[in-house]
Amino acid sequence: MLLARLTQANGAPGQEREVRDLIRSEVEPHAHVVKTDALGNLLAIKNPDAPGPKVMIAAHMDEVALMIVGIDKDGYLKFRPIGGVDPRVLVAKSVVVGSKKTLGVIGSKPIHLQRPEEREKAFTVQEMVIDIGAKSKEEAEKLVKLGEIAYFTTAYEELGANKVKAKALDDRVGCALAIRLLQEKVSFPLIAAFTVQEEVGLRGAGVAAYQIEPDIALVLEGTTASDVPGTDEHKQATALGQGPAITVMDRSVIPHPQLVQELLALAAEKGIPVQVRRSTAGGTDAGQIQLSKAGVKVAVISVPCRYIHSPAAIMCKDDFEGAYQLVRHYLARLEERAGLS
Amino acid sequence: MDVKQVFRTLSEASGISGYELELAKLIQQSCPWADEVRTDKLGNLIMLKKGQGPEPRPKVMLAAHMDEIGLVITKIEKEGFLRFSTIGGFDQRVLLAQEVVVHGRQGALPGIIGAKPPHIQAPGEQSKAVKMEDLFIDAGFDSAEEAERSVRVGDLVTIKRSVVDLQGSLLAGKAFDDRAGVAAILECFKTLSTITHQADVYGVATVQEEVGLRGAITSTYGIIPDIGIAIDVGFGDSPGLPETDTIKVSHGPGIAIGPHVHPKLHARMVETAKEWNISYSLDPSPYPGGTDAYAIQVARAGVATILLSIPLRYMHTPVETLDYQDIQRTGRLMAMFIAGLDHEFVEGLTCF
Repeated sequence: MLLARLTQANGAPGQEREVRDLIRSEVEPHAHVVKTDALGNLLAIKNPDAPGPKVMIAAHMDEVALMIVGIDKDGYLKFRPIGGVDPRVLVAKSVVVGSKKTLGVIGSKPIHLQRPEEREKAFTVQEMVIDIGAKSKEEAEKLVKLGEIAYFTTAYEELGANKVKAKALDDRVGCALAIRLLQEKVSFPLIAAFTVQEEVGLRGAGVAAYQIEPDIALVLEGTTASDVPGTDEHKQATALGQGPAITVMDRSVIPHPQLVQELLALAAEKGIPVQVRRSTAGGTDAGQIQLSKAGVKVAVISVPCRYIHSPAAIMCKDDFEGAYQLVRHYLARLEERAGLS
Repeated sequence: MDVKQVFRTLSEASGISGYELELAKLIQQSCPWADEVRTDKLGNLIMLKKGQGPEPRPKVMLAAHMDEIGLVITKIEKEGFLRFSTIGGFDQRVLLAQEVVVHGRQGALPGIIGAKPPHIQAPGEQSKAVKMEDLFIDAGFDSAEEAERSVRVGDLVTIKRSVVDLQGSLLAGKAFDDRAGVAAILECFKTLSTITHQADVYGVATVQEEVGLRGAITSTYGIIPDIGIAIDVGFGDSPGLPETDTIKVSHGPGIAIGPHVHPKLHARMVETAKEWNISYSLDPSPYPGGTDAYAIQVARAGVATILLSIPLRYMHTPVETLDYQDIQRTGRLMAMFIAGLDHEFVEGLTCF
């Protein structure tokens, strides 16, 4: 299953190779041109020389992870998050480290030896270490190099009636959607951009858009869902099972209002449930794509995911399917229009 | 029988305090070296390996608890999320974002422990631990009605964790406290099957240790041992812990000294380790509570007891870490200790 393989592949910002290689093998049969650029963005292009609107669909390949920044004398690994990770989710998890895929765990002090007030305070990144079982710095250095990455080891698993649990759903859901959408029959140029380094500041997307010069860009994302106890309904950015989320505004972008309306109208027409993203926090590649060259019409379509940027997120398969249907119908609409003109 | 493989299986199996039946079955299947096996009314699994000496033979009881700490469902929210409480001592900080298994009425269901997302928390909240009462289990249900078809209040929840192979013979996983001790008993039985020993040996996988040493109380009463050896885990050396509070991982078991340890047993255990070249640490234990040894010692008219501790890092977290060789060392040390026992030594235990 594609989403299982995508989420179980590892790709920190700047180290997206494993994900990129997997995606490349998936898109090659469906694209006329597949190429990479100086940052490592993967561009899969269909109908490069055809007339008509040039449409970019974008998803980022990278995921939040931990970078090894030190090895202490007893062989424990010091780390820092790469991308936004709440340090509180890290304690007592297992990880896989570096090119040698060394297994490790992030341990903590036994409850028996804690003072009660300690339990009220979150562990900081500075006080946590990864234990790979090495007995000395020398032994650890043979297995792990500074700058290498530790990833969560969560397996893809189906949950409840229609949900999925996995790591890195942000944004392998977008990657999976883009791979599927590239298989649509269209006559205009369609470019799937699998971008790098979104999690550290939307670094890859601008570079990709500069080369593509799209007329329209649809950014496919996994976004935060907060439909959980303790959250007022008006603070729930998105909720699972209410369909894909359309962004009206976030910290990085105000998507093109007409394009947003068009997508909402199309969803209503086709009977696809959608929700408007009810938060202006966060940012996506759309922010960079919009400002590329003389400007690009952008929209953001997201699959809601609970517990993103943690070892295990949950999404609803119906939302994923809804996102696919919505964009598929949108591409078909463009195709109709191109045929009329 | 590869005891290391058995240990993996036991770690990944579920057995919260009071609900150890599945564990007891697995352990029984994994012990071909016992002459007799029985369970008592609380669920303690008692495996007897008979000695070759003339009757009446000295009786040695080896006790390790098979129960693990876990969670119990306390409420099903209308949106289908599950609220929980703990059975045994959990640091609330290790629970967030943990994968769990909900043991529902139609079988085991996967879930995740969640809390509200960071972006809607107040500033400064990230430096505070998420409180136990703000955590919930997300098993993918959309409503209370859907959840209630599979889950009831009172259903148990265990941590989901496959054993992780670290470097050398180090392993990480859940419930090593105290399935490690159970594995040490099996290693001991395996060794005993290759040597002669006079004493009858009762290997006991005890229940309900984590909630008050309860299984040890009844099993010791039933067995009436001359010598009780409790095998539990001890705090292994790890970052941020003072050396005085820990024993070194990969350096063999800690041999306890303290009020709950009979001085002659301590001396004999240390002698045995030296004689057979088995590495060990001395483990001063000024506070005697917290292990089955405490309960065994005061059973009936009193039992000469000793505690062996297998060094374990990150105790009571889902990534408890130990060196499997320390389990083997513990098993071998006990076997050699038992092989050296005779009536004269046992009778001397009441002579102070």
